[in-house]
This record gives sequence, C-alpha cells and structure tokens, in this order.
Amino acid sequence: MAETKTYREALREAMVHEMDRDESVILMGEDIGVYGGTHLITDGLYDKYGPRRVIDTPISENGFTGAAVGMAMMGMRPIVEMMTWNFSFLAADQIIQNAAKVRYFSGGQVKVPLVIRGPNGGGVQLSAQHTHSLESFYGHFPGLKVVAPVTPNDAKGMMLTAIRDDNCVIFLEAGALYGTKGEVEEGDNAVPFGKARIAREGSDVTLIAYGRQVNLCLRAAETLEEEDGVDAEVIDLRSLRPFDEDAIVESVKKTHRAVAVEEQWRWFGVASEVAAIIQEKAFDYLDAPVERVSGAETPAPYARNLELLAFPSEKAVANAARRALYMEEK
Amino acid sequence: MPAKDERSENGEVGARGEGAVATTPENLAELYQKMVLIRAFEDACQRAFRQGKIGGYLHVYTGEEAVATGFLDAYREGDRVITAYRDHPHALLLGASPGEVMAELYGRRTGLVKGKGGSMHLFDVERGLMGGYGIVGGHIPVGVGLAYALRYQNTDHIVQLFLGDGAINQGAFHEAANLAGLWGRDEMCPCLFIVENNQYGMGTSVERATAMTDLAAKFDAYAIEHEKVDGMDLLAVLECAHRAAERVRESGRPYAVEAITYRIAPHGAADFLEKYRTKEEVEKWRERDPIGIVEKRLLDSGDIDEERIEEIKQEAKREVEEAVRFAEESEEPPAEELYTDVYAGEGEE
Repeated sequence: MAETKTYREALREAMVHEMDRDESVILMGEDIGVYGGTHLITDGLYDKYGPRRVIDTPISENGFTGAAVGMAMMGMRPIVEMMTWNFSFLAADQIIQNAAKVRYFSGGQVKVPLVIRGPNGGGVQLSAQHTHSLESFYGHFPGLKVVAPVTPNDAKGMMLTAIRDDNCVIFLEAGALYGTKGEVEEGDNAVPFGKARIAREGSDVTLIAYGRQVNLCLRAAETLEEEDGVDAEVIDLRSLRPFDEDAIVESVKKTHRAVAVEEQWRWFGVASEVAAIIQEKAFDYLDAPVERVSGAETPAPYARNLELLAFPSEKAVANAARRALYMEEK
Repeated sequence: MPAKDERSENGEVGARGEGAVATTPENLAELYQKMVLIRAFEDACQRAFRQGKIGGYLHVYTGEEAVATGFLDAYREGDRVITAYRDHPHALLLGASPGEVMAELYGRRTGLVKGKGGSMHLFDVERGLMGGYGIVGGHIPVGVGLAYALRYQNTDHIVQLFLGDGAINQGAFHEAANLAGLWGRDEMCPCLFIVENNQYGMGTSVERATAMTDLAAKFDAYAIEHEKVDGMDLLAVLECAHRAAERVRESGRPYAVEAITYRIAPHGAADFLEKYRTKEEVEKWRERDPIGIVEKRLLDSGDIDEERIEEIKQEAKREVEEAVRFAEESEEPPAEELYTDVYAGEGEE
C-alpha cells in the first residue's frame, strides 16, 4: 500500500514511527517544539511526546549538537535539526571532532547513534550565508554517513534507516522540495544506505545526481528524448557515504557516457569523485570524457536571475549530455 | 527540592550521607598512596617522552593531584567522568592499571584504547571514564549531554565534568553551561562541573586570558550555583567533593566548583622554556605541594611513620617501572587495526 504524501510529511512519519517504537529516540533543535519547527517537519510532536523528548534548544548549535553527542554515547538516539545546514558550521567541532572521530579514538568503546538533519542547499533566494550545499564537506570525513534523499518515499525510508544506524548520519534534506508529493509506502519501508536508485532507465548516456538535482536530470532526460532522440539513464545516488560505486560503473558499461551533476561548487566535489571512480573502474567502457555540471564558484547571489545562473539548470545538464554524445562543441 | 548545605556542625570531613567517605587515617593514607602513584607515573612518562619513547603531546598533572583524587573519591559506580587532555590521573583513579595507561602512551595494542588515542584520549567506559578530549572546551557540551541521558534513563548517577581554566573562554563552555542551567531547572542535568584552575591556559595566565578572573562566578550567568575550593589541600577537596556530588545527585541540578591549583610541571612535556612564568613563582607553589601537605598531616598526627612513607614511595616507583616495562614489551597494534572502529556495526570498516 502506498499513499501520496509530501516530503515533509514523510520525514515526520518516519520520526513518529521510530519514536513510538523506541523511547531512546528524541528530537532536539531550534524552535522544533512549541513553535512547531521552522519548516514544520516536527509540527505536533511536542504535544505528542512532551518537552523531555522534543527539546527546544537555544540558538546555540555547537552546544546542543555536542550535548546530543553525549546523549548518543549513552545509548540514546537523538535527532538534531539544523534549521538549515548552513548553521552546522557553528557545530562543526562537535560533528567532526567528536561525532565522527570518538568511536575511533576511544578504540571502539563508544558508539554515536545520532542523526543530524535539515534542509541543504539553496534555490529560494536566501543568498550567501543561508545557501550552502554541504555534501562534499561532510562526505570528506570517515566516521560520518552522508545521505540525501529526493523522493518522499526515500525521505521516509532513509530516515528510518538513519535513526536505527549506530553512527552519526548527516541527513541532507532537499529543503526546496519539502512540499513536493509522491507515493510513500505504508509502515516500515526502511531503505538501506549505499544503494543507488535508477530513477530512469536509458541506454545512451548516464546522468548521475543526488538530492534535488535528480529531478533536474529527469527533466533534462525528457528534453533529450524529445529534442534529440537521446535515451538518458538517471541515477539517484541517494547515499554519498557509503557510496554505490557499482551502480555507476554498471550504468556506464551500458551507456559509455556520463554526466555528473551537483549543486555545490566544482572544486574537490562529488562530481569530481564520480568522474574519478568512472575513470578508475570503467575507463575502457568510456566513449567520451565524463562531463561535470556544478554550481558557480561564487557565494550564492540573492537576485533571482543570478541565483538561477549560479545553480545547475535543466539546460546545462542537457547540454553536458550532448557534449558527452559529441552532439555539441565544448 | 532545594539543595542544602550539608556541612556538618563539628566540621568533620565527608562523614555524612550515603557514599561519603570519612577521612580516617587509613583512608587518608590510601589517598596519599594514590597521589604518590600519580606523581610517579607522570614523572615516568615525562622521562619516556623526553627519551623519544612516547610521541605526540603529553600533558601531565603534577601539582594538581589533590583535585582529581578528591573528586573521584566521591565517584560511585554508574557515574560518568569526562575530562580534557590532562587525563592520566582520572583513568588511574577510576581503576585503569598503570600498565594499560602507559601502554596507550607508548601506542601499543595493550593500551587503554588499543593505541588509537594516545595520551589525550584515554577511555574506560566500563569504569565510567567517557574520555579525554583534545580540543579545549570541546568536551563540555558532550558532558552535559551525558548528564541529561543519565536522568532520562531514570538513574541517580551523576557526571563529573572536569575542565581547565582555559576552556572557560570557549564558546562551547558558555553554550553548554547555559544548557545545563536550563535543563537543571527540570532536574535533568546532574552535572558537577569541576574547573581545574591551574592558573595557565598553555602559557597564558588566567589574568591575561579572561576578562573577569573569578571563574566560579562565571556560572552565575547560567543560574548554576558554585563555590571555590583550595585545590592543593586534599582534605578541603574531599569535603567539597562529597558534599557537591551528593547535592547534584539528589537535585538533578548542575553545580560548579573552581579548584584553585597549580601545574608545577610544564604545560606539555615538550614545553622546556617556560618563558611565561618565573622559577620563583613555581617554587612558591611547590611549597604547597598537595602531596607534601598530606604527607605532613599524616606524619604530624602520628598515623604513619617515615618508614611507611618511604615504603609507599618505593611501591609506587616499582609499580610504575612495571608499567613502563609492560608498555615497552607490548606489541604495536596490528596493521588491520588501522581501519577498525571507524564505523559501528557492519559495512564500511
């Protein structure tokens, strides 16, 4: 059975599912309780579970994230909301120096079953300090898991998995898509980490993305089919650490061409990693260099027209695919 | 329930309440023995560091022994302890063997954390030690979270959270103290903050590092009650520690103690120059050496004689020599350990 739900509702449903099942699951964050959550993800949960399980925190990211690390080390399963991932820079010491590393430097004596979640990336004119895509930043650190679901069904299923995971999971939500709807399976639809999803089957070129860029790729694929008769495959990575290398390699063996798409800046990014993996593991199958589509190398601008230029567009993805097919000059 | 001042009328130390330990001559002698062992351990690892046998950083506790010894005397099974990088005595006092700690400093597989943490990251979770941490102030929010969890899980255990004077200036301290004060209102934060004020954050004195030098009073800003204690006087620390620990245990509220102490040793074992303080100043504090004070008290009261004192010192020396031998003879961690303990559970190890 499946029902149509928003991305936002799907996330809430997963948290309720686990909170009902397991008392050690609690929520923490700014305005998540009485206020109902800036993005309404936790709306109603304060009344349902009370202030000891739905903790309104001061605006104090390093403090409350560190406290959540301590709770997790004691066997609780806190879910921390970053009002936006931009604010996580203030908590970076706790996330990187403690949550990611403490298991290792304790010689395996502690676990940190902690989920840190919130909207990632931009697209709604919030300008430089409120627009940031943190997938490479957190994906860089061993000890963290990093996931970025784009469909409501994955939002729920991956949140279930994140809460049950014994490690710190960086849960990058497609913030611009909280209101989008999709079919969500009823009950326990836990989605394992490290398995990519083929969002569209195709044979001519592989478009590889995660988060809201997946939707962009799907639209680009339709354009390519209509305008050029090109049959593009779209891979939704879903999880960046662990990373499903096999899915990419298998697809490239079939299509022989690839475009890696990311919202964040190009240098040292996910698309670079995708291109390197293809080069290492599927070099002999490639018929063209791997193309990359990334965000502009600037802080995010406010003006709508500039913001649209700063992020990957459907057109930029389609053109990259055409280049990979030698249908357009570089 | 408001916390009461439980100081007894006759001034007898630590004799009240469950878990409090009367300072009988035997008990005091035992604590003296622990302090002597810590001193001998720190002297030995400092030597080994200078011989190039211990790598990384090494921060010893010489001069501050009465603080950890006094507070951890109030430790009860099930409590949790968290501290920063000057953490050897905390591990030893909670029951880790000198061999395990020394082996960790040597980077051996027999070390307390399998050679993966070194001097700054001693953990002994079974005995309540939730770690030593290397970023000044970074462990304070973690300790406050431990305290919340202890109450959430319906226990009467407490957290002893040790921090240095240097950590007081970190945002992490202020954010965590604010959370502790807030959560304490709901009796959800049994956290005993112990500020080990050894007068210096590395080479910068408290006077030069903090605008308002009354460190205990900083807790006023977060509605956390506090006091100061002479951290060189074990008896004073014991009295304070037992009373404070019981108060936190009963109330579920945080409490803070600033222990005024002095790091007789350099900040780190590699800190030879000590341009930031005078020899005279160090000598002045040495006269109040916490071990010397207890030794004198034991001798003056006639509870112990010179011969026994000498025996205790020799025993500590032997025990530490044995620890060094154990560390030197232990194997290094196997290469496979490089990739273990990165993630809990299956998958990406």
